[in-house]
Amino acid sequence: MALGLSVIFGVVRVVNFAHGEMMTIAMYAATVLFAALHLDPFLAMVPVAAAFFVFGYLLQAAVINPFITRPEHSQFMLLVAIAIILVNSMLMIFGPDAHNVQVDYQLESYEIGPLLVDKARLMAAGAAVVAASGLFAFFRYSLTGKAIRACADNYLGAKVVGLNVKHLYALTFGLGAVCVAIAGCAMVVLVDVTPPLGPAYTLLAFVIVIVGGLGSMGGALLGGVLIGVSEALAGLFIEPSAKSMFSFGLLILVLLLRPQGLLGRRT
Amino acid sequence: MNRRSIALAILAALLIALPAFAGNYALSVATLILYFAYTGQAWNVMMGFAGQLSLGHALYVGVGAYAAGALFYHLGIGPWAGLWLAIALCVALGLVIGFLAFRFSISGVYFALLTIAFAEFTRIGFDHLDFTGGPGGMFLRVAQRDAWDLANFRGPPLMYYYAMLALTIGAFALCASLLKSRAGYYWQAIRENEEAAQALGINSFRWKMLAVAISSAMTAVSGVFFAFYYNNLFPEQIFHISRSIEIILGPVIGGVGTLFGPILGAGVLTLLSEGITESLAALGWEIPGIKQVFYGVVLFAVVIFLPHGIWPPLAKRLKL
Repeated sequence: MALGLSVIFGVVRVVNFAHGEMMTIAMYAATVLFAALHLDPFLAMVPVAAAFFVFGYLLQAAVINPFITRPEHSQFMLLVAIAIILVNSMLMIFGPDAHNVQVDYQLESYEIGPLLVDKARLMAAGAAVVAASGLFAFFRYSLTGKAIRACADNYLGAKVVGLNVKHLYALTFGLGAVCVAIAGCAMVVLVDVTPPLGPAYTLLAFVIVIVGGLGSMGGALLGGVLIGVSEALAGLFIEPSAKSMFSFGLLILVLLLRPQGLLGRRT
Repeated sequence: MNRRSIALAILAALLIALPAFAGNYALSVATLILYFAYTGQAWNVMMGFAGQLSLGHALYVGVGAYAAGALFYHLGIGPWAGLWLAIALCVALGLVIGFLAFRFSISGVYFALLTIAFAEFTRIGFDHLDFTGGPGGMFLRVAQRDAWDLANFRGPPLMYYYAMLALTIGAFALCASLLKSRAGYYWQAIRENEEAAQALGINSFRWKMLAVAISSAMTAVSGVFFAFYYNNLFPEQIFHISRSIEIILGPVIGGVGTLFGPILGAGVLTLLSEGITESLAALGWEIPGIKQVFYGVVLFAVVIFLPHGIWPPLAKRLKL
């Protein structure tokens, strides 16, 4: 999920404050598909991701693009408004109760040496790796991916050489949304979904992305692993409920000492 | 007098006379408006004047509220002493955050994220602080509500209304004079172009620190008010990022960097939210979340169609 945020910020330079909310929508979509069609969440990824791509593309093209040149607080308010609308629409439609999916492999686990690994978690991690490498390959090797990176490097330059920057931005936002959709469908197997989950995940995504380096895809993955491990350790050694304090502490340290993130480039 | 000061005098007179013909409900709504107007004004000093986007102002509200509240709760010391502790703590905190941020030259989105990080860090910290009740919250003794007990800041809603009105007027006057002062011009120079301001010999670090100090001190006062008005404090509530967002909604909707923006924005938003609640109740639509959806849609529309907030175009129209 953090990958999506990083992609969007890295290229479009707009901080998506509605990120967690978008993920909750993906999670709800997966529960609905599961309830209606008995579609496994990992298969539901395909239609949900496709829908999210369209949604993300249109959102950027219609709403966010005019805001690119506006000041940050204006962009921020826009996305906060979108987040409020999204999360409360979910509340209206699905109510405050937790929704989940029940698949038979949720309780299965593999033994790898002394470790016990949940099958569901392993599949979620696998999906994340596949999505990340797909994205990485797209940005590195495809012509469109290269064009998007050009926009990120130099907005004016990209315009001068005739790239359709607005279209590429929208494409990027769509791709970020696809990451969110994949993350949401994978998450729904692991946790129940409720509307307030959105803001919490937005913050978590921020921590991860900043620690790893905004706009750096490898950084987002590294940040995710780092935050996951440090929260688990803090929960183990101190108090589980205080674990996020460490994430925010880490965030403060990284912001101060290496604001471009662990793997980010200095701008 | 010009049109502007006449309008201002009329507004102030209306607000002072309001309790004469308003019930308790209207009074509580008006208090809420003034609370957000005041806090928004405080935030505006940092963002609107000096251009430093803070998304963690709930931190100062919370620390101010907890400082004065804990003093009252544990030692029975009234809010007039607690106020100074609250201000001192918040200014110290603000200066620490400002020092770190400005020394390491963090700005823009990164500065905003840093302020969020500090607020969230403190929220979780207070969740684990038994001295202030932890996640279970801290409850101040509620005295009888008819007598005016100014020493302990206890009294009927009317007293809180006037206290908040006095604060709002004070903040307005302070901001108006700040904007006309040397500091105000320096801030605007820094906001518009920090490098150019530095090249002119403005010590931007020092003036930005001053903005943070004033803003956090003002916000601390609103925290003390919050503690004694609501009488219960929960870390989950008071430090939450949605609080910080609430604070900045007013000035952003009203107009960042303007003097009237925070007041106008707070009025519009609070009336809007109360109005939606009322009309939905009248229609009998009891769907959770529907109110916020309406609210979000209006916010969305304002941000898109009035990029500078409501005040600047309104002021032009009214020739103020």
